[in-house]
Amino acid sequence: MSRHTDQAAKTALKKGPLGQLADFFDDRTGFRAVVHEALYERVPGGARWRYVWGSTLVFAFMTQLITGLFLWASYSASAQTAWESVYYIQHEMTGGWLLRGIHHFMAQAMVVLLALHLLQVVIDGAYRAPREVNFWLGLILMMLVLGMALTGYLLPWDQKGYWATIVATNLAGIVPVLGPSIQQLVIGGNEYGHHTLTRFFAIHAGFLPGALIVMLVVHLTLFRKHGLHAKQPITKPDAMFWPDQVLKDAVAMLAVMAVVLGVILMPALKAMLAGEPIDPGHLGAELGAPADPSLPYAAARPEWYFLFLFQFLKVFEGWGATGEFLGAIVVPGLIMGVMFLMPIIGRWNLGHRFNVVFTLGILAGAGLLTALALNEDYYALWIDKAALADAERLYDETGGDEEKLAAAVGNDPAGIAAMKKQWHTLEKVRRSEAFLAASRQAKVDAARAIELAGRPERIPAAGMLELVRSDPLMQGPLLFAQHCASCHAHVDPLAPDAAAQFATASAANLFEFGGASWARGLLDPEQVGGPAYYGNTAHKEDDMVSYVTGDMTDADTWSQEQIEAVIAALAAEAGRPDPLSHPDLIAEGRKLIADGDRCGSCHRFGDNEMDLGTAPDLTGWGSREWLVGIINDPTHERFYGDTNDRMPSFGVAKEGGAPMLNSQQVGLLADWLRETWYRPASHVAGH
Amino acid sequence: MPDERRGFLTKLLAMVCGGAAVVPPVAAGLWAFLDPLSRRSGAARFMPVTELSAVPDDGIPRQFAVISDRVDAWTGFAAEPIGAVYLRREKGSDMVEALSATCPHAGCFVEMADANRCFRCPCHNSAFTLDGGIVHPSPSPRPMDGLECRVGKNGQVEVKFEKFRAGIADKVATA
Ligand code: FES
Repeated sequence: MSRHTDQAAKTALKKGPLGQLADFFDDRTGFRAVVHEALYERVPGGARWRYVWGSTLVFAFMTQLITGLFLWASYSASAQTAWESVYYIQHEMTGGWLLRGIHHFMAQAMVVLLALHLLQVVIDGAYRAPREVNFWLGLILMMLVLGMALTGYLLPWDQKGYWATIVATNLAGIVPVLGPSIQQLVIGGNEYGHHTLTRFFAIHAGFLPGALIVMLVVHLTLFRKHGLHAKQPITKPDAMFWPDQVLKDAVAMLAVMAVVLGVILMPALKAMLAGEPIDPGHLGAELGAPADPSLPYAAARPEWYFLFLFQFLKVFEGWGATGEFLGAIVVPGLIMGVMFLMPIIGRWNLGHRFNVVFTLGILAGAGLLTALALNEDYYALWIDKAALADAERLYDETGGDEEKLAAAVGNDPAGIAAMKKQWHTLEKVRRSEAFLAASRQAKVDAARAIELAGRPERIPAAGMLELVRSDPLMQGPLLFAQHCASCHAHVDPLAPDAAAQFATASAANLFEFGGASWARGLLDPEQVGGPAYYGNTAHKEDDMVSYVTGDMTDADTWSQEQIEAVIAALAAEAGRPDPLSHPDLIAEGRKLIADGDRCGSCHRFGDNEMDLGTAPDLTGWGSREWLVGIINDPTHERFYGDTNDRMPSFGVAKEGGAPMLNSQQVGLLADWLRETWYRPASHVAGH
Repeated sequence: MPDERRGFLTKLLAMVCGGAAVVPPVAAGLWAFLDPLSRRSGAARFMPVTELSAVPDDGIPRQFAVISDRVDAWTGFAAEPIGAVYLRREKGSDMVEALSATCPHAGCFVEMADANRCFRCPCHNSAFTLDGGIVHPSPSPRPMDGLECRVGKNGQVEVKFEKFRAGIADKVATA
């Protein structure tokens, strides 16, 4: 070695200043020897493609280290800033989407490469003496990488990361004795919050990579110490690591990078070919809606490479707590145990075969479980539901009751069995439909959250969740479903299933309430007594219905133009005027409403001197203030007074209690019904 | 002192000193890291959830948010939704039953399914009857967790909002 260095020094002398500089440092550090050592490793049998997996893994890790550090420079780990900072990286920082995309997809590539590397090592028997320790190190490295994947999933603090982490940490909690403490330590307390994030982040970006680097250095040093485990038989002459194997490694790394970039850029390419605009914020890694512990998230799934573990838990259906313990702790533990024993088992020829079969079996099993999980989730997409129509009808009729089923199919055992089988399929379809619907909803919520975050006012100091919770578009449907939908419909009358929805509702359809189309239906003699208006209420036979179906059908009293004027005026009162309505028409309509011989004979309007209490006051009808008022207390004389049908006074507290809805919730409902919510400037321009 | 013994003592001292120097940072780190173990969530309290009239007496559970003040490490939140419960009332009854919406299997959010005929967890398909009973076979080791619930004189429904350890057969409140 030193002879070699001396020669190098001599030749360097002739090379001028640069060579001299190199000599200066080499004399003091010996770097040439190190470089030489690193590059001139003998590769028995010459360079081969099958040796590249380890190098691609090192490369993938380096990529994660680089992108991770830059992400770190913009990430903020707390419950009010994690989602927000990731949003900022993804949607506002130049190149943030690319940085995050590479980090996200390289993590997935790393898991694939790990599996390949492991498979290759086992098949080649490269774990045999003297490489046992290095094999063990490799397994530890694998667990560290999986740990980083698991902890990284939470960091954006979006719904999917949040719910996946709840499952993962709860599973850690079932470890005997220490489980609950472990769970408490990683969560950072009893509730998920700031300290869950700070701890996961420290584990993800500090503890695990730190340990990984140490292990990796030892792993590589040992690898060099033992030399490459050459695949037998060797047919070609030996070669040097540099440049032959390095070239192959570099090509493989480039290929990995190309795949990652391809996955990130594919949607952009598709958009480009379709001539659509490209929003880079939507390239690369997804960002869901911010984590909300009070909001169900039925699309909760771990990252795809953990899906097999997720599915594995379903295998133990009916085993109770033992099953969960077996599925989450014991079996995975045993598998890792066997893997750690492989170098020992592999000492015998038969043992080596066992190892290979075992590893292939585990990978195949994981693949199968993943396929099963995907099949369950997407089942509805590839099943023809029409074939199940009969089964579905029968199920809904009998409520799944076996005796009723027996009666329905005439006590025919074969028929019962066949129907039960179909019901089983039906249940799978419905589960899958629920998942798919939840996934779609998750996309809609995510897109809305991102839209809100981009408002000119920016995200409030209290964080994104506050903004989401005060958004009528996101909260309105939830509040409506919970408090209003048991009576009211909210469906576009032109929708295909509108009639069916009206039929089951027991109060007016509130779709576009306050708008001209709603008012037009109200004044339509065909509709006012129908299920979309008063048809299913106590007001079915009231004066309003008889007036619209009687007096208003008389063209001498009410011309079509006058009715249109009233519609225009009502929409204007609601603050939702039809832009095409002429101000004169609206003014005319207002006069007609106030007229003591027309609407004003029952309704107060402005100062028309009609007493309150006979019919709702139409002043400001459908405006925010009016809607808030009627939701708070429909029994107020300004609205239905004591003729109020069944509508609760949502905003009125009983003595000593709290109202059913607080003022923020009432306001959200009113805003949602009036369709006043934030719309980005570009959308408004487009309307 | 014989060389041998001196050598041994030197080694011992070197190790003790070196070790002692490293202990404080590690110990301080661990001490702080273990802090969550000493945190208790405090006794569960009854919290007002809704009014009796908002729980229809049709035997079908309805989901309600539990609103409460909440502290997350250094941040205090006023009146925030902190979770959800299902409330259910039988025909003509003034009694309300409350179930935690958290799946006893691994903590996902259990939802109503099958046209309100049962509960189902979207994660590993654990199914429960409307009163929270387990539908066999199920991955869940126990039925849904019932919560103590009372109706005040003014018709206010109050629920003792507690969390329980997931994945075990017994219903054990978390510390
Ligand atoms: S978390 Fe509910 S079934 Fe697993």
